[in-house]
Formats: sequence, structure tokens, C-alpha cells
Amino acid sequence: MLREETVVSVDDLWMRYGDHDVLTGVSFEVRRGEVICLLGPNGAGKTTTIEILEGFRRRSAGDVVVLGEDPATAGEDWRARVGVVLQSWRDHPRWTPRSLLAQLGAFYAPYSTPGTPRPLDLDTLLDLVGLREHADRKISTLSGGQRRRLDVAVGIVGRPELLFLDEPTSGFDPRARREFHELVHRLADLEQTTILLTTHDLDEAEKLADHILILAGGRIVADGSADALARSVAVEAEVRWSLDGERFVHTTEDATGFVRSLLDQHGERVADLEVRRASLEDTYMALLGGRDRAPERTLEVVR
Amino acid sequence: MSGTATYAVRLGVRRGLTELGQSLRSTQDIGFTLFMAAAVLGYLFVRRDDRVAGTDLLVPTVQLPSILGALVAFTLVVGPAYALAMQREDGTLLRYKAMPHGVRAYFTSQFVALSGGVLPTVLVVLIPSLLLFDDVMAGGAGGWLMVAGLLVLGMLAIMPLGIIIGAVVPNTQKVGTWGMLPITVLTGISGIFVPLQQLWGWVQAVAQVFPLYWFGLGMRSAFLPDSAAAAEIGGSWRTGATLLVLAGWAVAGWIVTPIVLRRMARRQSGSDVEAAREAALQWVR
Repeated sequence: MLREETVVSVDDLWMRYGDHDVLTGVSFEVRRGEVICLLGPNGAGKTTTIEILEGFRRRSAGDVVVLGEDPATAGEDWRARVGVVLQSWRDHPRWTPRSLLAQLGAFYAPYSTPGTPRPLDLDTLLDLVGLREHADRKISTLSGGQRRRLDVAVGIVGRPELLFLDEPTSGFDPRARREFHELVHRLADLEQTTILLTTHDLDEAEKLADHILILAGGRIVADGSADALARSVAVEAEVRWSLDGERFVHTTEDATGFVRSLLDQHGERVADLEVRRASLEDTYMALLGGRDRAPERTLEVVR
Repeated sequence: MSGTATYAVRLGVRRGLTELGQSLRSTQDIGFTLFMAAAVLGYLFVRRDDRVAGTDLLVPTVQLPSILGALVAFTLVVGPAYALAMQREDGTLLRYKAMPHGVRAYFTSQFVALSGGVLPTVLVVLIPSLLLFDDVMAGGAGGWLMVAGLLVLGMLAIMPLGIIIGAVVPNTQKVGTWGMLPITVLTGISGIFVPLQQLWGWVQAVAQVFPLYWFGLGMRSAFLPDSAAAAEIGGSWRTGATLLVLAGWAVAGWIVTPIVLRRMARRQSGSDVEAAREAALQWVR
């Protein structure tokens, strides 16, 4: 069987600050074209992990290979293949999106190939991130959402094979968040960019990711698609119905069996039947809760 | 340097010129420069007809070279210190760290923008002075040539101090304590406002270790007639010593600077930028 190409490979990654272990044996792989979401509570080590993969932080121990090289020692040519979007950029306030993207895009011109011209055409890029009408405004006058889309534009101007997004939508209003999600989908579809993003927003992880890694207490506690994760944890489903106008709620592990017996017993008198399966949030809470009781428990889900 | 590296240096020069142009159009930056110039010119204008005690030289003639020297030195230290500390915190450095050969381009651009930024500071004081005051330049064309040469040498000798302060301060707010304060003191004892001989012996010794005194001395020697050298230590311009000390600082500075900058760039990460943002929101701790 042909294996898909591995873009990121992390094996037994440890990170220690002083005598405090932030990462305690993290292992995972990312294959080309995937959108991977690193999900976890604040302080779980998401940003540390992504900074090690970006080559901005030296790890304490473990093997890390990103696009065939160790990011800690990778050279300038490796940089050209990786795009980085961080949490809190406030730089270049006096520039305009157009002037900044032209300036930064020029760094990638030496890496242009006939099949993949670099940098990305400026107008195409401005359309892709929805900034064409703001292209000639001062960057300091952009809103938070526009600013972040500019950051993404900078991240992809060199057409990277791999894009890192660290908490890309924190502080967004719902509309900006939705537009951003559409942008990520466009990138993954149009450019086949492999995307690794961190978030503590479950809903976002569920919408964007092919594959979710839940990081808690310095290790990966779950790994799989949103559906697979939800199915993997035996969380009870919630069944709601009404009987002669009176409403009932029952939680059960066997929703199908319960509904069958409910209908057998009451037949057509049952109305407003509703079965709510465990959401990613339930799974997430169950995993984090379970972690406190049984820290060694690790879930591996086959997709 | 490989082809892509020299290409990045060219991009850095271009970025530096863009930043310089933006600074020249910024009311914030220009306002500060003009305010400084107005203060200096106002002071000299009030004393335009006074003569320095014991000589027949006018006050503006004697003090203008020293003040220009101080302004340039101050700009060369405080400018880079603030620029590097601020752009480390707002993520500019990290932005370029994420680009191929970006760090090299970024430092090139900083050098271009900051050294170019000295010119307006000099010109807004010098040009009105030539119109307002008599006997500004005693040395003629040779004197102007010397001023130009000194500006370049002084820049190379003094700017590393600002760069090193900017690279090692923990955050922008600390530039005041670690950068402004020592430089203000150093400028104060460098014979610009008070002749060095009037200060205690150990202060004279300290002042003569640093390039600021020598830069001011060089400026005076370029502008003033030779007779004015009598007011200096040893009654001489000590031109050879001036060139030697400034060149020594320039060489030492440009050996240390790349090491400090590389260390700063290596340690920079996204969490630092985020931490700086958090810290900036919390002024009182």
C-alpha cells in the first residue's frame, strides 16, 4: 500500500523550562494536504509545540522532522517552504497591505519554479484574503479581523507547502470567524497547502480539521477526526421526546435501543423525538476530566 | 555571500529607504525633530550677539558644533535602541525571521533607515543656523568635508552603542532607564555643555573613554578657527587621537554588534511577542 507523504513527524518530543515539563513525550504525524488542529486548554503546550516545529524554539529532547529537515538546524531555503502566522503581530503600522505584501513577497522570488511561480500574484492574494478594497490603507487602520487576514496573506505569499496558524481567530466576532474559516478551506482546496493550526475553540477544530490532536498536560490524549473522537468515547446520548404534550429527557448509552422500546411501548403518542449524540465538546470534557483520574490513558483512533 | 543572501541585502536597503520615507512623512517623527531644532535655534538666537568670555568668538559659533555633535550622538543611540526594542516587541523582527534570509535583510534595513534618519536632524538645525548666525563655519570647504567625514565615522562609532542597548533591554519601557539615562549623563559630561576641564579629573577620564566626547571635539575642530583650540584639553584639537578613538569604537562596535543581533534574533519567538503585548497592556505592576 502506498503511504501518503509525511510532512511533519514528531516522535517523543519533550520540552522543559527550568524544572517544569511542558511537553512530556508528544508524538504525531501530519501528511501532505491535511488540515490538522492542535486543540487543548490554555497552557497545554500548543504554542510551544508549534514554535518548535517552526524552528523558533529549541526542544529539550525528541525527534522532529518538518519537510524533511530538523527545524532547529534547517536553513534559509527551508524557511521559504514554510509559512508562519502568529498570535499577536502589530508590526509595520505605517505600511499598506499592498506595499508590505510586495516587499515581503519579493523574498520568495529566488525560489520560483516554472510549475510554482513565487511569490503569489499580489491581486490574486488580496482577493483570496478579501483585502483588495483595503489594500491601500495604512495597516494601523485595519480592524482586528482584517489585520489577521493580512497576517495570513503574509504567511502564504511565498506559496508555502506547510502553513502554521497559531490561534488564528482569537478575538474575532462570529462573522470574521466564519470568513476566516472559509479562507482556510480555500487555501487547503486551491493550493493543497498542509495546514497545522492551534486553537482552544472546539467548534473551530470541528469545522476546519481533517484530523484533531487533543493536547493536555503535555501530551496527546486523543488523535482522530472529530467524528471518530466523539464515537470513541462512550459518552451517553440524550433522548428528548414528548408524550401527550408533556416533555421528557433521558440520557442513555444505547440511544437506539431506548428509542425502539419507547416506540414499542407508546407508539404514535410519542412526538418531537430528538436524539442528541455526544458532541466534540462532550468528548473533550470527558477526555480532560478522564485525564485527571487516569493520566496514562491515551486514545488512538484509526481514521 | 550566496546570491540569495546578497539579494536579501538589496531588499533590506529598499525596505530601509521606504521606512525612512515614511518617517519623513510622519508628523510624529518630524514633529519631534522640529521641536528639538526650534529649542536649539531659539536658545542660540537669543544669544546670537553674545561673545564667549575671554575670546572674540560668538556664542552660536562656539556652541553650534557641540550641540550638533550632541544631537547626532543622541539620535544615534536613542533611535536604534527604541527601534530595535519596539520592533522586537511588535513582531517585526519575527516577521523577517520567518522569511528566507529575512533577518539579514531586516538588519540591513534598520541600518539604512537609522543612519539616514540622522541627516534631517542635522539639516534642520544647520541650515537655519547658516542663515541666522554669523561666522558659523570658519574652515570653508575643507571644514564642510571634515564635517561630512566625521558624521560617517561618528555614526559607525556611536550607533553600535544604541544597537547593543536596543538588543539587550528586556522591553521597550526599559530603554528609558538603560538607554536614555546613561546617554544623557554621558552627553552631559562630554564637554558639550560645560568644557571638560571644569569637571573633576575622574569625570574627564570617563568622558574620554567614550566616543561622544571625541565626536564633539571633532565637530568643534571642523567648524571653529584654530585659535579656539586653546580652550580644549592640552590646547589642541588632538585630531589624530580623535580619529583613532572613533575608529577604534567603530571597529569594536561592528565586531560586537552582529553577535548581539544574532543572539537577539535567535532567542525571539512568538510567545515573547505575545508576552510583550500582555505586558504593554499592563503598565502598573
